[in-house]
Amino acid sequence: MLKRVLMCATAAAALLGASLPAYADVSVKIGVLNDRSGPYLDISGEPSVNAAKMAVEDFGAEAKGIHVSFVAADHQNKPDTGSNVARQWFDQDGVDVIVDVPNSGVALAVAKVTREKNKIFMDSGAGTSVLTGEQCSPNTVHWTYDTYALAKSTATSILKEGGKSWYFLTADYAFGHALQADATRFVKQAGGTVVGSVDTPFPSSDFSSFLLQGQGSGAQVIGLANAGSDTVNSIKQAAEFGVVQGGQRLAGLLVFITDVHALGLQVAQGLNLTTAFYWDHDDGTRAWTKRYEAVNDGKVPTMDQAGVYASVLHYLKAVDALHGKDTAAVMAKMREMPTDDPLFGHGRLRIDGRVTHDMYLYQVKTPAESKGKYDYYKLLDTIPAEQAFRPLADDNCPLVK
Amino acid sequence: MSVADPVAPAQVAAPGAADPRRHDGAVHAAIFAGLVVVLAAAPFLAYPVFVMRVMCFALFASAFNLLLGYGGLLSFGHAAYFGLASYVCAHAARSWGVDPALAILLGTLASGALGAVFGAVAIRRQGIYFSMITLALAQIVYFASLQAPFTGGEDGIQGVPRGKLFGAIDLASDATLYVVAAAIFVAGLLVIYRIVHSPFGQVLRAIRENENRALSLGYRVDRYRLAVFVMSAALAGLAGSTKAIVFQLASLTDVHWTMSGEVVLMTLIGGMGTMFGPTVGALVFTALEFYLSSIGSWVTVVEGGVFVVCVLAFREGIVGVLARRLRRPL
Repeated sequence: MLKRVLMCATAAAALLGASLPAYADVSVKIGVLNDRSGPYLDISGEPSVNAAKMAVEDFGAEAKGIHVSFVAADHQNKPDTGSNVARQWFDQDGVDVIVDVPNSGVALAVAKVTREKNKIFMDSGAGTSVLTGEQCSPNTVHWTYDTYALAKSTATSILKEGGKSWYFLTADYAFGHALQADATRFVKQAGGTVVGSVDTPFPSSDFSSFLLQGQGSGAQVIGLANAGSDTVNSIKQAAEFGVVQGGQRLAGLLVFITDVHALGLQVAQGLNLTTAFYWDHDDGTRAWTKRYEAVNDGKVPTMDQAGVYASVLHYLKAVDALHGKDTAAVMAKMREMPTDDPLFGHGRLRIDGRVTHDMYLYQVKTPAESKGKYDYYKLLDTIPAEQAFRPLADDNCPLVK
Repeated sequence: MSVADPVAPAQVAAPGAADPRRHDGAVHAAIFAGLVVVLAAAPFLAYPVFVMRVMCFALFASAFNLLLGYGGLLSFGHAAYFGLASYVCAHAARSWGVDPALAILLGTLASGALGAVFGAVAIRRQGIYFSMITLALAQIVYFASLQAPFTGGEDGIQGVPRGKLFGAIDLASDATLYVVAAAIFVAGLLVIYRIVHSPFGQVLRAIRENENRALSLGYRVDRYRLAVFVMSAALAGLAGSTKAIVFQLASLTDVHWTMSGEVVLMTLIGGMGTMFGPTVGALVFTALEFYLSSIGSWVTVVEGGVFVVCVLAFREGIVGVLARRLRRPL
């Protein structure tokens, strides 16, 4: 009898021993592909890698039997370099998921390669809504923001606040025109008017004549449909011309907190902007930011880096739930589970790859209002997830039937 | 502008029994054979897509070198031909759904045509003025590419299908595509070799060395310059078209002025005026960019450092120094 029990016990132990590691241990490799030398260095770069590592730690991946390793590379803002790196990562280095990827051109290229290789691409830094529109892919997750959400949130919120007539300064290339077209539509939908617009050469360092036209137009809001150095330069010069002091609102359609930091409050004060994440939003974001700053030399997190954290966290949850990393299964699981993290709150991953969550309209504080380091924004409006992003019906995404 | 040329001494053929040029021909044939062997082995040693990238840039740099090294004309706008071809090829393959071979041909022809127009304008001036005119014209192409509806602006043309070559050979697998790209590369290099070693090439060098003497001998200098300009542009276009098919995208990177600068760097590192220098230069440059992409902003510093070392230590470039040591044009 004893012998039989012992035998049973050993058999059970052997079974358990054999099945446990196979059941629980998963190794995943995450490739962080972003700008490490160019204009998006501050919004992505090495801190994105640290943010992803924080997600792994916070999730306790190692204890749950998920072994996560990282690679990182610079796409130099060149789509061919980006697709090349992505291809090599998938082919040779065993990368399962690529995250971050600011720069729309590179993101679209990486999305194509990812689909071809049937892996997962979780973008956080790119703005183009084409990623979840005409070029949507069952392998793409687009986390933080897109041009549609920025334009819609900014336009509708400012209209609610009373900014009825608009004048646009538009960077003269596809991104600028897309932003302006979207924003114009939402302004009109909400009963506002667009009194004029001017195309500014891209990139430009002198916005004086365009700003004067904006001031002369008598519009209540001057919308900046541009990005990067154009945004910084136009805000700087708007301050010199006293646009905000003159009673007009200045609305940046794509402004990162690093831009505001570079400009300083004296210059940026009064600017209206939309963001998906602000560090000082609630206790959750504050606690997270404190830890983030500790590993990033006191740098403030951008919404891009926050998106990297949140997307990696969501991915790990799916891998943990499945005890596997099969692409189709993980994507299905990520769509099935609602997204929930301290940075973006509740949301969900839609069939087109879009992650929806609340967006916020902020106003940049005056130097007097700011009480401490990085205390830059005050909340004007919260745009609920279901209103902020493009409805599936308007997507033109072939996956939406 | 005068260009130091390691080929020059050997070209003064000794009237002795053995013709050194024929001997050089045998060496070059051996190098071409060696190149084919290396290309056959490369996908097993290195990442195939990376090797294809090297080949595209090597062909581009060789085409550029045809103009600079043999024609003595420093174009600072060669990205225009490289980039235009990749846009035309990508657009033809994606939107019109044409055969990849035809798409590549269309890209090449478009660049050749652009080269004819720009060349006719640019060759009227020499030296720094020539360079500036080519740069200015290339910037026009850049801004046109940024604005034109078919180029997709800063997103570029994405998702170019690799398609089926001649309707039969499926290029979807990297291996097949590699063979095709290698064939295009070697063929392009052979065409350049043939041009350089033809009577036309001889006249070209004569013009480069002493324009007035060539004129007094009755050669129509401008026609020769224009001809080599068009050939160089078309071959750059061949490289650009191939790149569009290989990477399945055409983007602003290819028409940006930095690309014009990179091809100058590749040619100088490898050896200007040598047949195989640009290929070596492209390999060094692309390998730096590719394998160091994980160190971020230091890549550009390393690239700059390599360039400074090259210019200071071996001005003739890697292959140029080798050629001098061996006393043979390579």
